[in-house]
Amino acid sequence: MNSSNLLSIVTFIYGTAAFLYIVSWIFKKQMPGRIATWVAIIAVVGNTGGIALRWIESYRLGIGHAPLSNMYESLVFFAWTIGIIYLVVEQTYKNRTIGALATPLAFMAIAYASLSPNINNQIQPLIPALKSNWLIAHVITCFIGYAAFAIAFGVSIIYLFKQRKTGGKQSMFVRSPDSSVLDELTHQMVTLGFLFLTIGIITGAVWANSAWGSYWSWDPKETWSLITWFIYATLLHARMMRGWEGKRIAYLSIIGFMAVIFTYFGVNLLPGLHSYGSG
Amino acid sequence: MNKKTGSADFSGRLWKLFASVKLTVVLLLSLAVTSILGTIIPQNESADAYLNEYGEFLYKILSAFDIFDMYHSWWFQFLLLMLTINVVVCSINRFSASWKIIFVKNLFFDVSKFRNLADKEEFTDSRSPEDLKSIYVPIVSRSFRYRRIEETGNGFCIFAEKGRWTRIGVYAVHLSVILLLVGGLIGSIFGFAGFVNIPEGETVNDISLNNIGKTQRLNFKIRCDNFNVKFYDSGAPSEYRSKLTILEQGKSVLTRDIIVNDPLRYKGINIFQASYGELPPREIALNFKNRVTGMSHKKKVPLGEKFNLSGDTGQFVIEGYRNSYNFGGHNLGKTFMGILTPNNGSPVHVILPVRFPFFDGMRKGDLIISVEDYDHRYYTGLQVTRDPGVLVVYSGFLIMILGCFITFFMSHQRLCVEISKSEKKSRIMVAGTANKNKLGMQNRIKNIVKSMGK
Repeated sequence: MNSSNLLSIVTFIYGTAAFLYIVSWIFKKQMPGRIATWVAIIAVVGNTGGIALRWIESYRLGIGHAPLSNMYESLVFFAWTIGIIYLVVEQTYKNRTIGALATPLAFMAIAYASLSPNINNQIQPLIPALKSNWLIAHVITCFIGYAAFAIAFGVSIIYLFKQRKTGGKQSMFVRSPDSSVLDELTHQMVTLGFLFLTIGIITGAVWANSAWGSYWSWDPKETWSLITWFIYATLLHARMMRGWEGKRIAYLSIIGFMAVIFTYFGVNLLPGLHSYGSG
Repeated sequence: MNKKTGSADFSGRLWKLFASVKLTVVLLLSLAVTSILGTIIPQNESADAYLNEYGEFLYKILSAFDIFDMYHSWWFQFLLLMLTINVVVCSINRFSASWKIIFVKNLFFDVSKFRNLADKEEFTDSRSPEDLKSIYVPIVSRSFRYRRIEETGNGFCIFAEKGRWTRIGVYAVHLSVILLLVGGLIGSIFGFAGFVNIPEGETVNDISLNNIGKTQRLNFKIRCDNFNVKFYDSGAPSEYRSKLTILEQGKSVLTRDIIVNDPLRYKGINIFQASYGELPPREIALNFKNRVTGMSHKKKVPLGEKFNLSGDTGQFVIEGYRNSYNFGGHNLGKTFMGILTPNNGSPVHVILPVRFPFFDGMRKGDLIISVEDYDHRYYTGLQVTRDPGVLVVYSGFLIMILGCFITFFMSHQRLCVEISKSEKKSRIMVAGTANKNKLGMQNRIKNIVKSMGK
């Protein structure tokens, strides 16, 4: 079995986990949730195996490099970071409602990688610009940041739904954590994401300076990562200094994640230095 | 109202404006929104390209606002300047308060403040306050370095705290933002970025600067000894490598290979492998085939030099070379252009694509000319920069990462454990405060209570 096949199976496992989390959430049943956790753990383990296998395969092809070099590999890694961070959050907060939004995101990322005809899942040799030790540091830190923002996005959506449904006791969110805990969780995920986005932008800048002689050249991807940074910086200042919380923070977190998504996918529609990330 | 108080009033209001976080939010969002423009509208292209794309009216409006180089436009720089002032003023405004907390002379704990906290934990224990003190102090010590034990009327108070210095984290982040902007400014004033193509074997010391059409003379020379490009089996490039020699007053002082991601740095000048290209060849090996007899013969000829064809039927010259040649919508690739002058006729233009040796057959002439080989010569394309601001920017990067970590994941925590005798038992209260992550502090208190054997 090669890594692409393994990761296709993992896609299916993530889908199953997402389905079970959603069932558990809608029907307010504990059992599917408990199974969902185990399925999600299996998916993350399989995802880890797929990444490792792909790494080994690249060495067998004689073009060994970390599997973080194109859209397919980054999506697979994105799913993995979402899976890991979500499971940690689930363990910490002992609650599975967030899984109903987090695992579908991981599923969508890896499904897009495996199924989209526009995405090449071949292992390709590195072009000269990507041959740098900064590649690994840059991609890993960026995607930890993106994954934390993805979870913050999921939590914010749950928060907003919950706010809308207050009053009725038979809400879908009976078992979701208290609003204040959701609010705090959004904030914590945003701070984690912000730290890693910052490190990701900085490693990218240092890399650009060693490859092209300029640490910042306002190419669309750089600019969009900065836009994302501005939005989350706004959120953090609004919350820490102006005491914003609740809905307004949730909306900002959703807008921030839209910027993340555009930085990741939308920018490939625009010309620029990051064009190798597109296919 | 006299003039003096008027201006004091004005500067006071200005200070207040710049000290507000509302302004920060407005500026950050304005920067975010306006930055989008430059990612949609390609930057720094030629005026013709823009006229073509947007038409004259829109072009005039957009260029009036410097949209085509918006990140260097006055209004974008103005927003950045405002943000800088905002960051500085906010930091100064709040720093004195933080300074007083961080470098306090007499640490003062007020037990009544801790008693008033909503999420304090209270319980009783059958042991005496003295016994409990000897058990609790080591527990508190595990997570708090600073401790103080004070006697109260009927028991003890253990005060503890840590992370007082972490209040400085946010100032570190703000300082780092200033460093980035200052470093960028230093780079744009005292630095330059330019481009130079050096044919193999040649030496240069003038660099054409990006975007402004001026040149910058280096105080040393760069020679390209050799350029090499390697490809993978798939045809994708695998490595671009230039062997460069630095010359000072005609003497070579340094020879080194550079590849992408591994530049040469010499006397504050950075030299990067950026591109390459093929130069017009100097010597071409041609094949002449007689259409009638089928006989062919080869000849090596220099570019641009006229020579007699064998059998004295006329003259031929290769007068040009192009990396690509468009023929009826098809790109023929590398192509030579020649002029054939028969003895008994007028000159004919001959097109000789390297990839298609039979192309000249379509001319239906007596001779079919094709290119057998030619000498491959490359030039290396180098990005040459000098940026004295990089060190400032990099220190900003480092401080920003450290500052963000301290600001988000560390906090100033204060703890109070009050043990008071009530009848034969001890009443215990555990309460604490943190300037950030209050939920984390609550959990810490719960854990401390747990390890106190309750």
